[in-house]
Amino acid sequence: KEMAEEAGDDSLYPIAVLIDELRNEDVQLQLNSMRKLSTIALALGVERTRSELIPFLTDSMCDEDEVLLALAEQLGSFTPLVGGNSFAHCLLPPLESLSTVEETVVRDKAVDSLRSVANDHSANDLEAYMIPLIKRLATGDWFTSRTSACGLFSVVYPRVSSALKQELRTMFRNLCGDDTPMVRRAAASKLGEFAKVVEREQVTSDLIPLLHNLASDEQDSVRLLSVDGCVTMADLLNESECEQYLLGTIREAAADKSWRVRYMLADKFTLLQKAVGPQLTHQHLVPAFQALLKDCEAEVRAAVAYKVKSFCENLQVDKREQVIMNSILPHVKELVTDANQHVKSALASVIMGLSPVLGKDNTIEHLLPLFLTQLKDECPDVRLNIISNIDCVNEVIGIDQLSQSLLPAIVELAEDGKWRVRLAIIEHMPLLAAQLGQQFFDDKLNELCMQWLVDHVFAIREAATTNLRKLVEAFGVNWAKDTVVPKILNLAQDQNYLRRMTTIFCVNELATALSGELLTKLILPTIIRLSTDNVANVRFNVCKCMERVGLQLDGTSLSTEVKPMLQRLTHDKDVDVQFFAQRALQTLA
Amino acid sequence: TTPLPLLANTPVHARLELFAKKMHFCCHTFNFEKVNIELKEKELKRIYLTEIIHFMEESKGILIEPIYAISFAMFCRNVFRSLPPKNPDYDPDEDDPISDPAWPHLQLVYSFIVRVLESPDFQPSEAKQFIDHKFVEHLIEMFSSDDINERECLKTVLHRIYGKFLGLRSYIRGEVNNKFLEVIYEDLSFPGATEILEVMGSIINGYACPLKHEHIHFLFSVLLPLHTSSKLQQFQAQLVYCVVQYLEKDPSLTEKFTKRFLKLWPKTVTSKEVMFLGELEEIIDVMQPAEFLKVQEDIFLRLAKCIKCEHFQVAERALYFWDNEYIVSLIEVSAAQILPLVLSSLISVSNHHWNKTITSLAANILKNFMSGNQKFFTKMVMTMKSKKQSEKERAERSKELWRSLEEQAAMNRKIENSSSVLEEK
Repeated sequence: KEMAEEAGDDSLYPIAVLIDELRNEDVQLQLNSMRKLSTIALALGVERTRSELIPFLTDSMCDEDEVLLALAEQLGSFTPLVGGNSFAHCLLPPLESLSTVEETVVRDKAVDSLRSVANDHSANDLEAYMIPLIKRLATGDWFTSRTSACGLFSVVYPRVSSALKQELRTMFRNLCGDDTPMVRRAAASKLGEFAKVVEREQVTSDLIPLLHNLASDEQDSVRLLSVDGCVTMADLLNESECEQYLLGTIREAAADKSWRVRYMLADKFTLLQKAVGPQLTHQHLVPAFQALLKDCEAEVRAAVAYKVKSFCENLQVDKREQVIMNSILPHVKELVTDANQHVKSALASVIMGLSPVLGKDNTIEHLLPLFLTQLKDECPDVRLNIISNIDCVNEVIGIDQLSQSLLPAIVELAEDGKWRVRLAIIEHMPLLAAQLGQQFFDDKLNELCMQWLVDHVFAIREAATTNLRKLVEAFGVNWAKDTVVPKILNLAQDQNYLRRMTTIFCVNELATALSGELLTKLILPTIIRLSTDNVANVRFNVCKCMERVGLQLDGTSLSTEVKPMLQRLTHDKDVDVQFFAQRALQTLA
Repeated sequence: TTPLPLLANTPVHARLELFAKKMHFCCHTFNFEKVNIELKEKELKRIYLTEIIHFMEESKGILIEPIYAISFAMFCRNVFRSLPPKNPDYDPDEDDPISDPAWPHLQLVYSFIVRVLESPDFQPSEAKQFIDHKFVEHLIEMFSSDDINERECLKTVLHRIYGKFLGLRSYIRGEVNNKFLEVIYEDLSFPGATEILEVMGSIINGYACPLKHEHIHFLFSVLLPLHTSSKLQQFQAQLVYCVVQYLEKDPSLTEKFTKRFLKLWPKTVTSKEVMFLGELEEIIDVMQPAEFLKVQEDIFLRLAKCIKCEHFQVAERALYFWDNEYIVSLIEVSAAQILPLVLSSLISVSNHHWNKTITSLAANILKNFMSGNQKFFTKMVMTMKSKKQSEKERAERSKELWRSLEEQAAMNRKIENSSSVLEEK
């Protein structure tokens, strides 16, 4: 109130407006004004923003979380509005306060903003203002401020003096050993990013011991975060350092009594493999991988199954085949008949990828039986995953070996009781058709595609029409003319009006792939006939069809047949038919 | 493995050694997922466990240090295990209860340790080397179990330990704190929150007045934010009990608690709103009239919003506050302050709500107000109308102010841009 009275020269005092709105009990109003904070700052000018607005925001911190979130976000880009980089430190007091509030999203946003504002600080300002801020947060009473502190180390460390660097490392160490698991978890998740900016000798002398402590924490939720830390560290260290410092931890993680830790390791396995390099992988990671393949917990087995292909691909080339055949494949074989369907499904999504790695002979002798087993699995997902990856195998051994077994599997999936399974197979059909070739397709799969057009689920019929278009694009217009078009036109005489409409939908879909001539000569007569159908839906879909494809037809047909038909339909007894006929005429005019 | 002889058939001087031997055997855990292996051994363990429970109950003076050691070793080996992954589709209300396959053994192990803890010979000073911080940490971790029977057992164990080990109480409260903080801030799924809150309820019941700072801190930093959990329904009853205990012991906490509680009101989940209304009523029920006066405005502002809720259960629950005799008596004392707050909601709802029950409930309340306070009522209606008008005017003014602010801001930005262009030159 005092400030409002003080403002002599402006009749309008921006901060008074803000104060008033923030006092309103309607949160939406508060939120709207907070989001326009930059307007207020601009109206005030940089000096008064610094001296009046920012202190106001720091002191009268409202308690509505949504509003605080908006504030935290705004402040992140406020540096120009307080006068540029040399004044960036003015933003620290409100942001420090925001990074200690209870609500997690507000805290996280405040930390993000602090990180971006820190980049605007000069090195001197960092030492003068940000370091004390970090100290205060890191030694705060309530866990919220200590958690927030963890996110600020990596952004200030590179630019401060080495004495301060020492202090920062000590503070970080304390946070890693904090009493509260939540703080330890926050520290663990930031360890990797911190290590990236710390000097090599200090990484090995100061940070590696922290990693080891976190990796043997009582709480599994802390231990599992150290797996990620291992990956980042491995990227930073050379091979002998990796062996000395990290492999023990990795081995322990692979044998951890909590499945969550083992799961995390499985999930990060290929990242780890790339980071430690082929030599260490061969010596140490292969046994760990084996152990995970045999894990007693299905979740872990599923996670590692997803990695089988990429792990094998990235093994050292000269020893690869031997390692896979001797150490990996025997366990993979076990997974093919795993009790848990998610494991099998995960494996099926990658197993075909082993083909190129092992080569033709090994594929035929060892992998083919596995593919065929999974192709007959009781779980549709497993079968679908095999089918969707056929292309890998095709390149190596050619499709003939599989096609015998493939066909029954495709047919079974295409007729599955659950429509989503049928849908998935349809979506793979164009790919399969390309792999299998037109001849095979015509002989064996054509029937199937036609069947889908008359499925009782609309989503299937719709997908079937899209499928047809893709097939036409792959096999060409002549193929369409001989194989597809006659059957579609046949549908137009079906008793069921839904099937008659399918004809029209197909025409819509295929029009772009077919030539105008084809459309006019072969297809138009049928469509015109359908315009006298006794079901209104059919009639107005004819109109919609003409709207879409009419311009592809030649001028004569358009004026002698199509337009008169549409004219006639504008007087139809059904209002929808009238509407669409009218609209089509307008488009074609 | 040949079975060991029965304790009952063994001479007294040899019993303790036999007892320990049997417990040693029971330290071995069996794989119950593989149903058909080691059937004899599993049965033997069950028999031994049953026997030693009986033995512990009947005997005196057997709790010597090696027996403490082996008892707790057996407990830790059996109970402290890594729990399997949770099935995300599991609904405790709909699906069959979940049970660890090894429950036949686990149940007996729990039973045994409770007998140990409740034995008249039990000496905390001798047992405390085995029940240390790590033990407590693991124990609390086990409350994540989906098995309600197991959690019941854990509840008893925790309660006994809290009761007997004064030196551990602070650590236990700290660990409980940490777990609840994870539930609140990391949305941890923690079935045992219910059971632990039950234990806390009886602990809070035992707090002396004036309440220690640490305990008050627990109310505001843990119990209150717990209300924001997405899983509130699981443990609300126990939570409310704790809250009410606090407010009964120290009424001076009422104002701060109630105001903050109201600030946490759910914004999108109507089922939670109904829960909050229920809790609010329970809180008011134990409120002294002097405290009520401090929070009545906040409460009735909130009730006014709930009455207008489209979801009839929320509106109904709010209107049922007028069925509560104590609340009605409090309202009557402050009718002049309270009535204006709810008036417009009641009027609009009694005219417009889609649900007949709601309109009639609201109409009844209005009728009762009117019959007692005719003149006052008319005056209130007029004030309400003028308030609406001034709100409209305020919104207009605000639009104007913002428009001119934006003009000012745009002007300043232009000046800055042109000056920076000049600088570059």
